[in-house]
Amino acid sequence: MLILTCPYCGVRCDETELAPGGEAHLKRFGPGSSDEEFEDYLFMRANPNGVHFERWRHVYGCGKWFHAARNTVTLEVYGTYSAQVHAPPQEIRDAVSNRVPGWHWKDES
Amino acid sequence: MGHYSALAIAREAFRDHRGWQRAWKSPEPRRRYDVVIVGAGGHGLATAYHLGKNHGITNVAILERGWLGGGNTGRNTTIIRSNYLQDASAAIYEKARSLYETLSQDLNYNVMFSPRGVMMLAQTEHEVRGYRRTAHANALQGVETEFIEPRRVKELCPIIEIRGPRYPVLGALWQPRGGTARHDAVAWGYARRCSAMGMDIIQKCEVTGIRTSGGEVRGVVTTRGDIDCGKLGIVVAGHSGHLAEMAGFRLPVESVALQALVSEPVKPCMDVVVMANTVHGYMSQSDKGEMVIGGGADGFINYTQRGSFSHIEETVRALVETFPMISRLKMLRHWGGIVDMTGDRSPILSRTPVGNLFINCGWGTGGFKAIPGSGWGFAELMAKGESPLCADLGLNRFREGRFIDESVAAGVAH
Ligand SMILES: Cc1cc2nc3c(=O)[nH]c(=O)nc-3n(C[C@H](O)[C@H](O)[C@H](O)COP(=O)(O)OP(=O)(O)OC[C@H]3O[C@@H](n4cnc5c(N)ncnc54)[C@H](O)[C@@H]3O)c2cc1C
Ligand SMILES: [Zn+2]
Repeated sequence: MLILTCPYCGVRCDETELAPGGEAHLKRFGPGSSDEEFEDYLFMRANPNGVHFERWRHVYGCGKWFHAARNTVTLEVYGTYSAQVHAPPQEIRDAVSNRVPGWHWKDES
Repeated sequence: MGHYSALAIAREAFRDHRGWQRAWKSPEPRRRYDVVIVGAGGHGLATAYHLGKNHGITNVAILERGWLGGGNTGRNTTIIRSNYLQDASAAIYEKARSLYETLSQDLNYNVMFSPRGVMMLAQTEHEVRGYRRTAHANALQGVETEFIEPRRVKELCPIIEIRGPRYPVLGALWQPRGGTARHDAVAWGYARRCSAMGMDIIQKCEVTGIRTSGGEVRGVVTTRGDIDCGKLGIVVAGHSGHLAEMAGFRLPVESVALQALVSEPVKPCMDVVVMANTVHGYMSQSDKGEMVIGGGADGFINYTQRGSFSHIEETVRALVETFPMISRLKMLRHWGGIVDMTGDRSPILSRTPVGNLFINCGWGTGGFKAIPGSGWGFAELMAKGESPLCADLGLNRFREGRFIDESVAAGVAH
């Protein structure tokens, strides 16, 4: 059973209180973009075997969208954070790096 | 490899069963093969089988990180049907279903195909209309299905409560030649034939890297050394994204857990397969008497082969209303598999951005039924570079907006 803490209302939610919303921090493409960009945005997914950033909604609670950093292999949760950001904040990145040596956010080299 | 027959059983009975041979060899990997298949699930093995049988390509290795059939092929609830809506799906699923009819004879291995009939219940007006439409589409595609009235549903499956309080049964889409088969036997039967054709099935051999040069595949890196190949087929279901990453491309696929459970065995009470898509559950009875139950997939990425208990509760809650007699059964086992979901709920059998590298994935919650057809088509694609069965199932359909939308036909996970 997956348990995530909603960063808005602070409630520790059982997954039945939440709705999953898929991969986070996708760059949105629309009219004017190339076919490749639009395809990438709509369909292509990282689907990683390991660290994953994703969107969740506290549907049976405050109703707000938020982000979670989670491991898809160990099911460890590294933390949850606001939906109002384009990339995971530093403390979430640190929480992941502490547990997964060598890991870095895709935009950092 | 000996031939299995009634005579062979009688002969062995007279010599304490000491003459049975191993069903397949366990060779050491060689340095190079014409074709390497990654993944010894049903789809990988069927592909290898048809490469040999239909195209004469037998210098083939099938690499498996665990044991053969230990992925979704050995974890599914074995429903076989071909009552899909779109022509491209009906073609490959019906090809598979018709090959299942004679698979035991073709493989000389009893896969226990049981065309007991599959019924998809219509429990809302929308479903009634949807299934009537599917029955018409199937008639045009040459797939034998029919829309049946509630009275006939009750005749075919007396344990159904057709006047359920929330979701009365309003009819059903009935495919009399759908059914089930023994999942392990399908993998084992193909493996035995592949081995007999001289192919190498190498278990406990994980592919950890893919070598390319000049945009073409050259070979794989494995836990048992490097292996070169002329052509590479990736057939790893839930692990497809991971393998694609090794080769440097992305897929429109997400891997989630799908679960199933069986009850304690009871006397025969149900001789058809019933699916209830509105309430999200399905059930059949195994030859051992267990009620085999499945439902929905989790909504988040998971590689653990364990799902959330809430789904089990949801599935059972849904089915108890339609099958009141199961309310007191005890659950015996419960398990999960990692399934590869595409946006349009149709599979991908395709070339890839890397030359001579092919991928067969995206069967999601419903690929057991497709194994023989998928093997047939994918082998043709790998051998000749194209195949009518796979033509519409390529990766480029997402970019080009040619989806094969089966989200309704595949509404419940099966
Ligand atoms: C609970 C459940 C119920 C289902 N019910 C039905 C049903 O009723 N009807 C139906 O038609 N379908 C059903 N399905 C779906 C069906 O099981 C799958 O679509 C089908 O078995 C996929 O077969 P496959 O050969 O592609 O994959 P798999 O059988 O999963 O085989 C892939 C293999 O690749 C191997 N592999 C992965 N990574 C590597 C690597 N790096 N190196 C080497 N090997 C690797 C794995 O170990 C695995 O053995 C169900 C699935 C589940 C989980
Ligand atoms: Zn909240």
